[in-house]
Amino acid sequence: MEPTAARAAVVQFPGTNCERETVRALRAVECPVDLIWHADPFPPDAYSAVVLPGGFAHGDHLRAGAIARFAPVMAGIERFAQRGGLVLGICNGFQMLLEAGLLPGAMLRNASLEFRSEWVYCRVESTDSPFLRAASKGLVLKMPIAHGEGNYVAVDDEARVAMRYCDAEGNVSPGANPNGAQANIAAIQNEPGNNILGLMPHPERANDCLLGSEDGRLIFEALAAAVRQPAAV
Amino acid sequence: MSLATTPLILSLSKDRTDEHRLRAFGLLPAEYEHIVRRLGREPNDVELGMLGAMWSEHCSYKHSRRLLRTLPTNGPRVLQGPGENAGAVDIGDGLAVVLKMESHNHPSAVEPFQGAATGVGGILRDVFTMGARPVAMVDSLRFGDPTDPRTMHLLHGVIGGIGHYGNCIGVPTVAGEISFDPGYAGNPIVNAMCVGIAPIERLITARASGPGNPLLLVGADTGRDGLQGAAFASNDDPEASHRGVVQVGNPFLEKLLLEACLAVLETGDVIAMQDLGAAGLTSSSVEMAARGGLGVEIDVSRVPQRETGLSPFEMMLSESQERMLLLVRSGSEATVKRHFARWDLHAEVIGRVTDDGLVRVLDDCETVAELPIALLTDDVPEYELQPGPPAVVLPHRDSPTDLRALLASPNLCSRRFAYRQYDSTVQANTVFGPGQAAAAVLRIDGTRKGLAVTTDCNPHYMLRDPRRGAQQAVAEAVRNLACVGATPVAVTDCLNFGNPEKPLVAWQLSEAVAGLAEACRLFDVPIVSGNVSLYNETAGRPIPPTPTIGMVGVIDDVSLAAPIGFRDKAVIVLLGLPAEGRPGFPRLDLQEERRLANLLRTLVSRRLLLSAQDVSDGGLAIALAECCFATGVGATISVETNLFSEDQGRAIVTCRPEDVDSVARLGNQEDVPVMTIGYAGGTRLEIGTAIDESVAGLEAIWAAGLA
Repeated sequence: MEPTAARAAVVQFPGTNCERETVRALRAVECPVDLIWHADPFPPDAYSAVVLPGGFAHGDHLRAGAIARFAPVMAGIERFAQRGGLVLGICNGFQMLLEAGLLPGAMLRNASLEFRSEWVYCRVESTDSPFLRAASKGLVLKMPIAHGEGNYVAVDDEARVAMRYCDAEGNVSPGANPNGAQANIAAIQNEPGNNILGLMPHPERANDCLLGSEDGRLIFEALAAAVRQPAAV
Repeated sequence: MSLATTPLILSLSKDRTDEHRLRAFGLLPAEYEHIVRRLGREPNDVELGMLGAMWSEHCSYKHSRRLLRTLPTNGPRVLQGPGENAGAVDIGDGLAVVLKMESHNHPSAVEPFQGAATGVGGILRDVFTMGARPVAMVDSLRFGDPTDPRTMHLLHGVIGGIGHYGNCIGVPTVAGEISFDPGYAGNPIVNAMCVGIAPIERLITARASGPGNPLLLVGADTGRDGLQGAAFASNDDPEASHRGVVQVGNPFLEKLLLEACLAVLETGDVIAMQDLGAAGLTSSSVEMAARGGLGVEIDVSRVPQRETGLSPFEMMLSESQERMLLLVRSGSEATVKRHFARWDLHAEVIGRVTDDGLVRVLDDCETVAELPIALLTDDVPEYELQPGPPAVVLPHRDSPTDLRALLASPNLCSRRFAYRQYDSTVQANTVFGPGQAAAAVLRIDGTRKGLAVTTDCNPHYMLRDPRRGAQQAVAEAVRNLACVGATPVAVTDCLNFGNPEKPLVAWQLSEAVAGLAEACRLFDVPIVSGNVSLYNETAGRPIPPTPTIGMVGVIDDVSLAAPIGFRDKAVIVLLGLPAEGRPGFPRLDLQEERRLANLLRTLVSRRLLLSAQDVSDGGLAIALAECCFATGVGATISVETNLFSEDQGRAIVTCRPEDVDSVARLGNQEDVPVMTIGYAGGTRLEIGTAIDESVAGLEAIWAAGLA
C-alpha cells in the first residue's frame, strides 16, 4: 500500500464506551493517535492503523454493529482495509467488522443468554498478523471480557483463528469457553491479508499490572511498531 | 409494558376537598386547606398535581427533614453537601469526587427490570448533572425469602436491569450487596450508588441565576410514563394499580446525553444543569429556581412530545427518563443546540428564568398554573415523628455451627452469579472489582491515587437495634475501606424505612439517624448526599429498617491497596479483640474500630500486608474461607472457639514471616490486639480441630448457593 501518516485512529460511534481507554492504551506505548468521529468521512491518507473500540454503538439496536457499519466513516475504513491498512476491532468493534463483511462469520448471543464480565485466558493461535507478531504461538494472554454477544460462529473455515479461550495453562476446553463460541474462538484475522484482527477480549483493560494483567499491552506495542514503520506492513 | 393513557385522578369527584381525590394527589385535607389559605384561592388541577408531587415525601422529606438536619454534612474536603443533585468532596490534585445513592424500591417491586434499570439511569444523571464523569456504580439490594419463586423473579429482573443499563452506558459496576430477609417480601430494596470524578473548576450546580436566561429541555421526548412517580414512591401500597408509573429506560440515549452534557459544559455557556427525575419538569424547574431565589416560566407547548394529546398536567408531571434541563446564557442557544445536535439530541427552549418568585406554566398563550416557588418548596408542612419503641425484643438466634451450610446459605454464598453479569472493568481503572478486596478499588487516571468504594448495612442488626445497627454499618464501611488502605472522605446514604406515621417505624428512623450521625462524627466523615425512601411496606408490614451506607475513601498510592486473597507461606494475623460470642447484638465499640482502621491504613501504607479482609457476616470462619477462595490457597488456623461470632472490630491480615514483629509493634502502638492465628498454604482450610475441608470443595458449595 501507499505510505501513510504514522498515526493510528480510534473511531467513536454514538454509544461507543471504550474509546478513552483505547486511546490511553495506545498513548502508553507512544503511538500517535487521534479520536475520530463516526459521522465524518475517513481521511484515507492520514492514518496507518484504525481501531474500532468496544461499547454499544447505536445501543446495539437491531444487532451489535449492524447500524454502525453504515456510518459515514466505515466506507473509507473498508477501502483502507482492502488496501492493506491495519484494522483492529475490539469487542463491539469486532462485531462491526463482521457486520461490515471485513471478517467472516457472525456472533450469536452468549450460550448462557447472559452478559458475561470476567477475566479469561486466550491462547495465541497465529502470529501472522502485525498485531500478534510479537507473541509466540501458544502464548497464553490474560484479559477481561465483557459482552452479551460473543458466541462466534464461523462460516466454513475461511477465517484464520488468531486466539482461542483456554485455561491458565493453555488448554482449550469447553470449561474455558465463556460464551459458547465455536471451537473456543476468541479472535480471528482475515486471510490472506492478515491486516484485520477482531477479538472479543479487551486488551486495553489489561495493559497495566495494577489492573490485574499487562498481557494486552503486547497487541498495542505491536500496533505501535507497525504504525511507526508503515512500510513494513 | 402498557402505559396508562389517562391520569386516573382527573376522572374522580369534582368536589375539591374530597379526601379520596386529594389522596390521589398525595395530599391530606389539612394540607389542602393550608394551600388554599396561602394561595387565597383554590388551586386548579395542574397546580394540585404539582403541589402533590413537590409535597410528596420523596421530594419534600416532610417526615425526615428535622432528623436529616442532625447529620454531619460539613468538613474541610466538602465542596457540595446535601441539597444539590449529588455531593462533592475535594480529593486533591484539583479533583472532586461526586457521589450519590438513591432508591428505586417501589418501581422495582412492580417491574424489577425497568425499575432497577431506571434507578441506575437516574443516579448516573445525578452525578453527570454535577459536571462529573461517572466512574463507578455500586448496588445494594434486599429481597424476601429466596425460596419464594416471586423473590427469584424480582432478583433476576433487578440484576438484569442493572446490567442492561450500566453495561451499555459504560460505567463499571464494581461492588454491591445482596441480602435476603422475609421482611422484604413484596418490597425489595434497590439502592444504586454512583461515583464520579470532575476537575473542581468544572463542577456545576443547579442554581438558577440571571432572569431572562433561557431554559432548554434536552434528551428524550416527553411521554406519559412515570406520571406521579414521586407520589407513588411515597405511598405504602406498591402493588395497587400502578401500571404506567414505572418508566422505561434507554441507556443508549443516556450515554448520548452524558457525553453531550459533559462536552457542552466546556463551552462555559451553561449556568445550571438539572436532570429530570421524580416529579419531572415540575421539580427540576422549581428546584432550580428555588436554589437561586428566582422564578421560572415554562411553556409546555414547546416541550417535545413522544405522543399526541399530552395535557399540561401530564407534561409537568411526566417522569420520562433521559431528560435534562439546562439554563444557558441568553444568546448562546444556537451554540448549545449545535453541541447536542452532534449527538443526535435536540435541545428546545421551553422557558426562562424570571425574578418574580413564581412558577408560571403556559400552554402557548394561556396560563395554566401559577404558584409561588416558596409554597412548593419552603411551605411544605413538616411532621414531627411520634416514635414508639417496639414492645417485643427479638428472640436470640442460635449461633451457626456448620461451615458448609453457612457457605451455601443465601446471605453468605458467592455473588458471582450476579456480578459476572455486570461489566466491572470498562474504563480500565478497576484495580479490585467484585470479590477481590474488602472494598472496590479504582485508580484515578492521571494521579497515583486510588478511590475505594463500599456499601454496607445489615438488616438483621437493624431489626435488633437500629441505633447500633446504623453505627455498625458505618463502622463496617470504614473497616472495609481501611483494609484496602483508604481514608474515608464522604458518605452518601439511602434511608429505606416503612411508613413513618407508625410509631415503630418513626422510632426505627429516629434511632437509625442518631446512630448514623454519631458514627459519622466519630469517624469524621461527612454525609454529603443521600435519599430517603419511606412507606416501604407490604400488606401493612414495614420492611426491616435499612439505612444503606455508601462510603468513598482515598488511597494516596493505589499500588499499595491490599486484596483479600491468601498467598502461599503468608502468616495470618487477627487484628482486634478475639470474639466473645455473647448472644444478641454483636460486640461493637466505635473507638476500637477507629484504632483498627488507623492500624490497617498504617500497615498498608508501609507495605507490610499481603492481604486484608474484614471479619463481618458469618464471622472468622467465613472471612477465612473467602480469603482462600480468592486465590485458591488454603490455610491452617489455630483458633478453636467462636468461629462464627460476628463481633465487630476485627480484620484478618497476612504478612511475610519476617514482618510479623513489625505488625505486632504497630498494633501495640495503636492499641489494637494482634494475634498470629496461622499461616496460608496448601489446598485445605483447617480451623482448629473442628474444620478440615478442601478449599475447592468448599468453594464449589459456596459458588452453587444461588447460582
